[in-house]
Amino acid sequence: MADESLWSIFINASLVNNFVLAYFLGICPFLGVSSKLETATRMGGAVTFVMLVSSICAFGIQALLVAIDAPYLKLISFIAVIASTVQLVEMLIKKFSPALFRALGIFLPLITTNCAILGLALFQTNKGYSFVQCIVFALGAGTGFTLALVLMAGLREKLELAEVPDVTKGTALALMLAGLLSVAFMGFGGLGG
Amino acid sequence: MSDSELAIRPAPTSAWHMYRAMVGVGVCCGLLIVSVYQATLPVIERNKAEALQAAIFHVLPEARVSTTFGFDDAGGFEPLDDESQGAARIYAGYDEDGGLVGLAVEAQGMGYQDVIRLIYGYSYTDDAIIGVQVLESKETPGLGDRIETDPGFLENFERLDVSLLDDQPNLANPIVAVGHGKKTHPWEIDGITGATISSKAIAEILDRSAELWIPRIEGNLQDFEGGN
Amino acid sequence: MATPTTTGTDEFVKGLWKENPVFVQVLGMCPVLAVSNTAINALAMGLATAFVLIMSNIVVSSLRNFIPKEVRIATYILVIATFVTVVDYTIQAISLDLYKALGAFISLIVVNCLILGRAEAFASKNTVLRSTMDGLGMGIGFAFALFCLGAVREILGAGSLFGVQLFHDRFQDWVVMILPSGGFFTLAGWLLIFNWVKQRKARAVALELGKEAA
Repeated sequence: MADESLWSIFINASLVNNFVLAYFLGICPFLGVSSKLETATRMGGAVTFVMLVSSICAFGIQALLVAIDAPYLKLISFIAVIASTVQLVEMLIKKFSPALFRALGIFLPLITTNCAILGLALFQTNKGYSFVQCIVFALGAGTGFTLALVLMAGLREKLELAEVPDVTKGTALALMLAGLLSVAFMGFGGLGG
Repeated sequence: MSDSELAIRPAPTSAWHMYRAMVGVGVCCGLLIVSVYQATLPVIERNKAEALQAAIFHVLPEARVSTTFGFDDAGGFEPLDDESQGAARIYAGYDEDGGLVGLAVEAQGMGYQDVIRLIYGYSYTDDAIIGVQVLESKETPGLGDRIETDPGFLENFERLDVSLLDDQPNLANPIVAVGHGKKTHPWEIDGITGATISSKAIAEILDRSAELWIPRIEGNLQDFEGGN
Repeated sequence: MATPTTTGTDEFVKGLWKENPVFVQVLGMCPVLAVSNTAINALAMGLATAFVLIMSNIVVSSLRNFIPKEVRIATYILVIATFVTVVDYTIQAISLDLYKALGAFISLIVVNCLILGRAEAFASKNTVLRSTMDGLGMGIGFAFALFCLGAVREILGAGSLFGVQLFHDRFQDWVVMILPSGGFFTLAGWLLIFNWVKQRKARAVALELGKEAA
């Protein structure tokens, strides 16, 4: 159904309609993991990977549900797939890089409740993307998420040494930063149209 | 380890308990979902049909009844019942006397922010688009979303020329958007200042859809007669 | 288990202010920012979430002795997803316009950390009555916080409240308020106010203690 070019899908998902700054998906990890640059990059990488796998599975599930005409099972099956993918990723990371596993800590299982992943699955289903379009969409979304996270982490690291009023410390400051980042990203509007 | 310590440590849950819980909960949840789905299905279908009817009558102002038609290359247009999914479809609008008023076609394409979905009404007697309604858009509020509300912009669609070249299945003049106040031909769309890209998007969506559907409609007008 | 020292009403009230899910716990942020661009959308979203929260609390609490702890998260998610699907179809049946406005975010209620958090932290360890009160309090607190956001964004961004125009035509809308950035700024603003009130109270208490000690 969708006749967008692959490049335009990628630009759209990563910049123009950035998942965090435009769609407000993935805010919890965005505010929680973005205080250190290194954790932010790794979280972004893990999320991108989970997005890719979930995107492929979601495409398959949607095809299956259409075939058996049970659209109401969509939500439950998606969330089940996402939870399993995160479990899988956790086991893989634990095995191949225990240091990374320790660094990510509690945030890894929290990817399950990351609205960005479920949002990705729901959006691509609504837009009726083909298989290749889904993959590009997932890559774009993951890149955009990582980008937002890394930018935020960089900004927050610098601000740690600045003098800010007491009332703003913590989440309020992070939110104002996010608002400014969001305004900046609006400049990408119209790209890849 | 003494006996009392063993007794205090809770026994690990048996697999049976785990399966029982998951399957039990799963079955009950499934039943709940299916019953709500079945209960709301007729209401939702009715709402959607009503919304579509309202849109069709909005872009074909004199229509009172509408019929859905599906198209295939071999047989031309055939009346469709709404159950068939995925078929390329348009809607024919008839007035009270059963006369064909025009055809309503849905179209979509990329706007400035995201996809724009619209429906437009085509009148074969005028060779023109006589109404456009935006169904879904996420354009910038206050700027791009004026394609839905700006009265000057909407005037473009009272009679947007889409005549075909003689004996050719192509539009004589492609639909284009021009700068505000620069419209000179009936197939041009007067754009909105500050919403150039959204205006252009509308023009492109209409042009692409018209190029595809108008020749098909003109070539098969007889399929719509007596269709209600 | 020790006898709880708080009453059912306490469980209800704490969700409204002291442990407000949005302003204090900062949980469930995604829908808070996304769907709060008008007051009516925000309120509808808040009430939908509250409904899922209350129902899931009730179910989780009633089944708390039946669900073994190894599979608890999976079962909680199953229950929550079910109620979200129910709400999804109900809203579609009530108003297609509202459904289009809220969009995918209704389905995203299922990953709202608030609901899973309450199920795990409270409903699985308390009676059905107390869990219901907890769900009610947190749910209403959440809906209230969402409404505060939506109202500010709509008033400043469109000059209206619930679609009713408040200012005359010459009022220049702060369009940024309806855009995503506006959501971030408005929430930051509310949090600032909250923090400031908290700090003043803490300072007043410290002063009192200081006086008594002196």
